[in-house]
Amino acid sequence: MLGYLLRRLLYALPIALGVTLVSFTLVYIAPGDPLNAIAPADAPADVIESLKVTYGLDRPMPVRYGLWLARALHGDLGASIASGRSVAAEVMGAVGNTLRLASVAAAVGVTLGCVLGALAGYFARGWIDRFASALSVVGVSVPHYWLGLVLTIVFSIRLDWLPAMGAGPSGSGEWAWDEEHLRHLVLPAATLAVIPMGIITRTVRALVAETLSQEFVVALRARGLGSLAIFRHVARNVAPTVLAVGGLQVGYLMGGSILVETVFAWPGTGFLLNTAIFQRDIPLLQGTLLVLCLFFVALNLVVDVAQPWLDPRMARA
Amino acid sequence: MPDAAGGGYWQGVARALRRDPASLASGVVVLLIFALAAFAPWLAPADPYKASMLRRLLPIGSAGFPLGTDELGRDMVSRLMYGGRLSLVMGVLPVLLAFVIGTSVGLFAGYVGGRWNMAIMRVLDVFYAFPSVLLAVAVSGALGPGMSNSLIALTLVFVPQIVRVAESVTTQVRRLDYIDAARMSGAGTLSIVRVHVLGNVLGPVFVYATGLVSVCMILASGLSFLGLGVKPPEPEWGLMLNTLRSAIYVNPWVAALPGAMIFATSIAFNLLADGVRSAMDIRR
Repeated sequence: MLGYLLRRLLYALPIALGVTLVSFTLVYIAPGDPLNAIAPADAPADVIESLKVTYGLDRPMPVRYGLWLARALHGDLGASIASGRSVAAEVMGAVGNTLRLASVAAAVGVTLGCVLGALAGYFARGWIDRFASALSVVGVSVPHYWLGLVLTIVFSIRLDWLPAMGAGPSGSGEWAWDEEHLRHLVLPAATLAVIPMGIITRTVRALVAETLSQEFVVALRARGLGSLAIFRHVARNVAPTVLAVGGLQVGYLMGGSILVETVFAWPGTGFLLNTAIFQRDIPLLQGTLLVLCLFFVALNLVVDVAQPWLDPRMARA
Repeated sequence: MPDAAGGGYWQGVARALRRDPASLASGVVVLLIFALAAFAPWLAPADPYKASMLRRLLPIGSAGFPLGTDELGRDMVSRLMYGGRLSLVMGVLPVLLAFVIGTSVGLFAGYVGGRWNMAIMRVLDVFYAFPSVLLAVAVSGALGPGMSNSLIALTLVFVPQIVRVAESVTTQVRRLDYIDAARMSGAGTLSIVRVHVLGNVLGPVFVYATGLVSVCMILASGLSFLGLGVKPPEPEWGLMLNTLRSAIYVNPWVAALPGAMIFATSIAFNLLADGVRSAMDIRR
């Protein structure tokens, strides 16, 4: 078990390092001078030079990467070019909002997906199976930013039940788990939940149907076990894969919420990325990208570590 | 599919697709959408660029404008038809490019094996660590708005996935006896790869790539929706959704139309991909 954990960790470290390298270089493939965002077009040459020194843009690329990485490891992601504030502080504030949205959406989506998928697999070829397959095809095909728009039209504009934008009533900067804030969460979370729901329904349905057709289930039935007891056996067989797929989905939601956040003006990392891209704010873009991706790598590691706990065979492999 | 029915492998697949109602219906829808886009200059009732301040945001069912007009008074029917051209190109072309690049790299990595394989696959693992929406947005955001930049970004998103599929099949096939037999009878590496390996790799990669088209459509339109893809006044479904967003309080259902087109196309591609997958499994 300890060997397995070490192997996983050793595998994740170079990937995390690679992610930092990609996040760093990505923004330098960009055309145009990052200084254009702060310096006026007619700035004298010596001002430009001193700005370059301030932001470290006068040094060779590998040195810049090394310095950037060393500072990033200490939690310093530099200062945003556009706002001048600390990137780490901005990203951390936004990550909280995105994480809240993504985890609620993932919890709803994965739960619905498991229930629907299990029912569909158990009653394979019945009406509920057909309903679940249709729903999962819709779930994976729908452009979620459009779904968000349609939900806004129906529930905010036509019915006036739920707010259309923001993460809370105007003037409230901090998140709280009260009714007013939760009402703002409903539409974006529902929109985002559709993606994992579709994929999990599909996965669980296939796994349950396959497991039920295996001989050990027939043997259990022959021994006189009831449906509930058989369900427990099936669940144990299905759980590791569901965990792996579900874990990945949470990570995808963290990245995929960009579009939904834009639709609902949700003040998360998507909003930050948008600002960074259109204001050509390179440190902010780098920082947001890095934090999101490292989160994804860490999440994969957690899933890998949790796997053998659900399926002891994995640790021996 | 019984062999007695005659014809080659692909004819068998085509026959299985025609017999499956869902595949047949989705295939017809895909063809229809392609036709509407391709023949837009002849079919469209109005000029998609012609704006008029006098008829902004007409509702669905207006006289002369059956699907209403957009925020600049342009005919929605015509814009939706023309919009399909760029949206479909942006949905299919990146997958096609990634198919060619990814299959080549995967074949190389799988066939050569050893250190090269190790190096290529570990580098791709890093790209796997980026959620695909995030990678697409980050790359096209870094390169700057524009259609060719989002094309590059989307291709980059799909290449690692296709390489993985191609590499794993190649690695399996390479160890089989008939490859050794071919080498002993004097076949060169290139001709072994082309004749004996590629044939086995193309099928699975093709099935995987068909499933990606719907993802790519959604992503590409999403980039335009963010303002990173196609630039105005060009009609493109994602961009139309973006510019019409401010009109949802005035004329909500017209604003939702471009997204409905993306949805219809993506669901049709998904069902078709499901059909292709099961049709090709039948013969295996």
